[in-house]
Amino acid sequence: MALQMRGITKRFGSVLANDHVDLDVYQGEILAILGENGCGKTTLMNMIAGIYFPDEGQILIDGREVVIRSPKDAFEHKIGMIHQHFKLVDLFTAAENIVLGVEEEGRYNPKNVVSRVREIAERYGFQLDPGKKIYDMSVSEKQTVEIIKVLYRGADILILDEPTAVLTPQEITRLFAVLRRMKEDGKSIIIITHKLNEVLEVSDRVAILRKGQHIATVNTAEMDESKLTYMMVGRRISLNIDRKEPADAVPRLVVQGLNLSSGEGIRVLKDITFTANGGEILGIAGIAGSGQRELLESIAGLQPVESGSIVFYNPKKDKPVTFFHKSMKKVRELAAEGAFHDREGKPVSFQGQSTAQIRKRVESGEVLFNEDEMMNLRNRTPLEIRQLGIHLSFVPEDRLGMGLVGNMDITDNMMLRSYRKGPHGFLDRKGPRAQAEQIIRELEVSTPGPSTTVRKLSGGNVQKVLVGREIAYAPKVLMAAYPVRGLDIGSSYTIYHLLNRQKEAGVAVIFVGEDLDVLLALCDRIMVINGGAVTGIVDARSATKEEIGLLMTRTERREEVREA
Amino acid sequence: MNIWLNFLIDSLAFGAVFIYGSTGEILTEKAGHLNLGIPGIMCMGGAGGCLVLNAIGKSALPPFVIVTLGILGALAFAMLCGGIYAFLTVTLRANQNVTGLTLTTFGVGLSKVIMTKLDTVVYLVSTRDYFRWPFAGRKDSLQLLGVLFFLAIAVALISSWVLFRTKTGLHLRAVGENPGTADAVGINVTRYKYLATLIGSGIAGLGGLYYIIDYMASQEAYLSVEAWGWLSIALVIFALWRPHMTIIGSTVFGILFSLGSFITNVSWIKVTMATIPLLKMLPYVVTILVLIISSIRNKRENQPPASLGLSYFREER
Amino acid sequence: MSSKSGSGAREPLVHLSRRASISPLKAWGIRGAAILLGLLACGLAAFLLIEKLQQSPEKIGDFYYSFIRGSFSTSRKLWKFLKNTSILLCISLALTPAFRMRFWNTGGEGQTLVGVLGAIAVAFYLGGKIPEWLLLLLMLAAALLSGALWGVIPALFRARWGTNETLFTLMMNYVATYLVSYFLVIWVPSGSSSLGKLKYGKLPQVYNEHLLIILIVVALTAGLYIYLNYTKHGYEISVVGESVRTAQYIGINERKVIVRTMILSGALCGLAGYLIAAGADQTVTVNSAGGQGFTGILVSWLGKFNPLMMILTAALIQLLNQGAGQISQDFGVNNALPNVIIGIVLFFIIGSEFFINYEIHFRRSGRKESAGRAVK
Repeated sequence: MALQMRGITKRFGSVLANDHVDLDVYQGEILAILGENGCGKTTLMNMIAGIYFPDEGQILIDGREVVIRSPKDAFEHKIGMIHQHFKLVDLFTAAENIVLGVEEEGRYNPKNVVSRVREIAERYGFQLDPGKKIYDMSVSEKQTVEIIKVLYRGADILILDEPTAVLTPQEITRLFAVLRRMKEDGKSIIIITHKLNEVLEVSDRVAILRKGQHIATVNTAEMDESKLTYMMVGRRISLNIDRKEPADAVPRLVVQGLNLSSGEGIRVLKDITFTANGGEILGIAGIAGSGQRELLESIAGLQPVESGSIVFYNPKKDKPVTFFHKSMKKVRELAAEGAFHDREGKPVSFQGQSTAQIRKRVESGEVLFNEDEMMNLRNRTPLEIRQLGIHLSFVPEDRLGMGLVGNMDITDNMMLRSYRKGPHGFLDRKGPRAQAEQIIRELEVSTPGPSTTVRKLSGGNVQKVLVGREIAYAPKVLMAAYPVRGLDIGSSYTIYHLLNRQKEAGVAVIFVGEDLDVLLALCDRIMVINGGAVTGIVDARSATKEEIGLLMTRTERREEVREA
Repeated sequence: MNIWLNFLIDSLAFGAVFIYGSTGEILTEKAGHLNLGIPGIMCMGGAGGCLVLNAIGKSALPPFVIVTLGILGALAFAMLCGGIYAFLTVTLRANQNVTGLTLTTFGVGLSKVIMTKLDTVVYLVSTRDYFRWPFAGRKDSLQLLGVLFFLAIAVALISSWVLFRTKTGLHLRAVGENPGTADAVGINVTRYKYLATLIGSGIAGLGGLYYIIDYMASQEAYLSVEAWGWLSIALVIFALWRPHMTIIGSTVFGILFSLGSFITNVSWIKVTMATIPLLKMLPYVVTILVLIISSIRNKRENQPPASLGLSYFREER
Repeated sequence: MSSKSGSGAREPLVHLSRRASISPLKAWGIRGAAILLGLLACGLAAFLLIEKLQQSPEKIGDFYYSFIRGSFSTSRKLWKFLKNTSILLCISLALTPAFRMRFWNTGGEGQTLVGVLGAIAVAFYLGGKIPEWLLLLLMLAAALLSGALWGVIPALFRARWGTNETLFTLMMNYVATYLVSYFLVIWVPSGSSSLGKLKYGKLPQVYNEHLLIILIVVALTAGLYIYLNYTKHGYEISVVGESVRTAQYIGINERKVIVRTMILSGALCGLAGYLIAAGADQTVTVNSAGGQGFTGILVSWLGKFNPLMMILTAALIQLLNQGAGQISQDFGVNNALPNVIIGIVLFFIIGSEFFINYEIHFRRSGRKESAGRAVK
């Protein structure tokens, strides 16, 4: 028995992250810690690695109780953790990063370090050039550096947090081979994961956590995917979300063959194709970092995509032109292209007419569109999308770093979307202020008033302000990434309710979520993605959690499972 | 001695002022702190050294001791200033630019107040030749290559060696690049920041003393030290944050700066007086070009330390 | 350095955390206390530096009284105080839009200096050949253009290649200095490099020679306050400064904003240069900006980049400056004393910001407040 945890409990404020967890780790085994996002896997491991300190409970190593207060303490007990976010100095070589902070006997000699690194790499079958700079490395190489960093410090217990999240299938195979060799060498390996196939492939035993509690530790050989899924997600919880049948859903956003690569050259979106309908909530499910953020940012015009199309479809045929969505300049241009007709069906031309005349004709409602509008949003900036008259709202994952400005007050944050309004250079704060007051009132934001700095609000209230603003923009498409993350139950329901109201008003809502129960109860359809590719689109009314859980870990696409 | 050779040696000697200033600044910047207080620190180093020499210049102490005590005086004053900067920016996480500029205002002012109280005959005339060992008394510019000149070269080389060849240097650079990572592997970030700032300030302070006592050896010399401080900060960019490169860079700067006054004395070169300011402008223009080119080429090794100018606060991790 | 066993590591004695908020009253209390402490420290420093005080320590009262006398004892001093405060404030205001955008413009000195140079160049070449009002207008245009040019060069490189603007603008100061030396050599054939007062291109007197400058800066303060807080441009500046990602999210072209704002910042420094050239000096020297480009950074930062608050901080600095000048006169010390005094007081104010932004918790007795709280 290498390591034992007894009754480990950790709270963050009122949230119970780990609830009296008992766990044993044997020498020379690979133990998988399995659980959904937010079940407390990483928190639990962080307590062994010295990042957090448990509120209650004991940690025993080789049968003796130990106190681990810092990563350094952990190293002294031969425990090392490879975090999801690498801690490396980009400018340094692999060897320099590995030796950083290690206190060794004798003079520092880079050559010795390099040869020791080589030795470790060869022993376990890593492929690594110790002299290569981190900034030249792929994610997989960086991970290798992190693992060797831990081995170099003599760790016997290695904890890897979601090690495969960022790797290609080939790299995963290689990593697993290395892990097996380390196991044979007598090391204990703990991998945190929520991918069932990997658990089955590499682990000897698997410990399942759910909502902070240790459910069971079982031998992997006795398990299969459906048994594990059942233990991981538990019974379906019925949520009281009022879901109406979509009323005359029409295609609104048609995404086809979307491809995107990250700055490091890794493909983060692979041939994504889907349609979001107006009057419907389309859920996006997937393990964290499967490309959700990149997909939404590509649609919002924040990421230049490589190929594919994002078509905004606007059924306008025989509907009146308004200045709400089209500027005078745009109306003139469209008229010149012959895009309008009048009530009698004759083409409308504004040739030689004054602005006032045109305005009068348009406002009387007699100018109608000839056909539906189709606009490709691909690689248009957010400003261009807006200038096309498309109301696309986006509630990003990073609320205070992107969606809102933390150091500005609520009114000024309202203006982010609308400040350009008005012909002159001055800001109009009256409208935004009224809007802020309305949102505070209707969404019950608890704040002294609209002049409160957003940073001072609680998480739930911050999100209400952000979602409220995006909805006030009268969107045709509303995208929300993890809109209830970190929110209490009450605030979460406020958000669900708002999304439902938008759906009923005919908006195409795209909801990226992590809680499968919520996705199943709120959405009409759920698109599951894994590794940047769509693995299936299911009907949320008939699908089960197990079904989605399987899709989340699958690599090939299963065509339109029971599409409604 | 050939006037050209004389000129070259003079430029080399002048350059030592910048070697001190920029080596000190590089050490500080490598810890992630842009110290705009260097001009003030150099002035204070000069004043501190002179203050000590003013007390012992006429004493019967052996020259070696006098020189050592003078250097210690410069180190003490400069490091005191560095200590103020480090306390404010490291411990109190104050804005580095504002703190540095204030330190320069303070240091330049205080050094002037101190210097006017000193007796040139005691601190300068009677000690100058001790500092100019081994070439004291020569009539050509070789006399300028004294103790502090050679110390400057040594300091630059040793600093480079420490920064790029030792574990301490590796840790220091890690602190300046990514303090969060350094902290996570158990490096004491605060300690490294303090040490780098203090040692860097001490080194820079010697530049002030060298300029006043050895290179210029004149009563009014202390008034120009501030300008050399700013030039030293420019030289850091020129040297691409490598102390040994400051030796070359400072010689180039020295040549450009002295060239103006030199060529007007060479009868066969016809230049107008207006050329001189343009020549003196060159070091700064070249520095700007280096800054631009290195940002366009975007070679990672030639960039300022990644966390330069940012305070480190662990809870933000 | 290393503690051998795990239990050897203790929680540090003090634990810091960012304050969520602080009441303005408390914040100003802390700043006020810092200024008082700073002045107290000045008194201590004075005993070290001023012989007259060492001989007769009872004169310490006079020492502090000189701060008042320096600016308020005669109407001439008062006007000087107001005018100098105005010019310092003008430069500080000019730098503020850039700072709000987190663009560290350390080039106020050079931008002001080329403003002076531009204005004086026009006066030098055209003075007496065209009507005075036209000359003054052309001088203004030259000053604004020169300043804007000096500001926009680093901005273009920062916007395009991310070139470090702190170091770039800093270097531009010295290019400006030697540009002035160059023109002085050309304009003054005697070799004295001293241009002397020009006959033409002097701002008209309103009541006295200072009031017009003061009024212009008052108007500028109000104008900039409005620009920063009530216009779309000002709003964009704040958004870019707070978060580039947010700016991109709502479709602000941050490069455009950087360039536009630095044109403004540089031009306003040029305006300060114009006030110095046409309003006060009527000549140019390498010291025409007199270090105020640097002091302006301090004024702007101390004033929290708020133009109205900067009136106070500029006045405080100028008060210390003239007061300490008075002291060096009264007590016979070197005229560099004001810098020492300003430095000491600023050290305390800079340090006090820490106590406004952070809370200090001392280790409580009993068990650890989870070692991990510190890590997120």
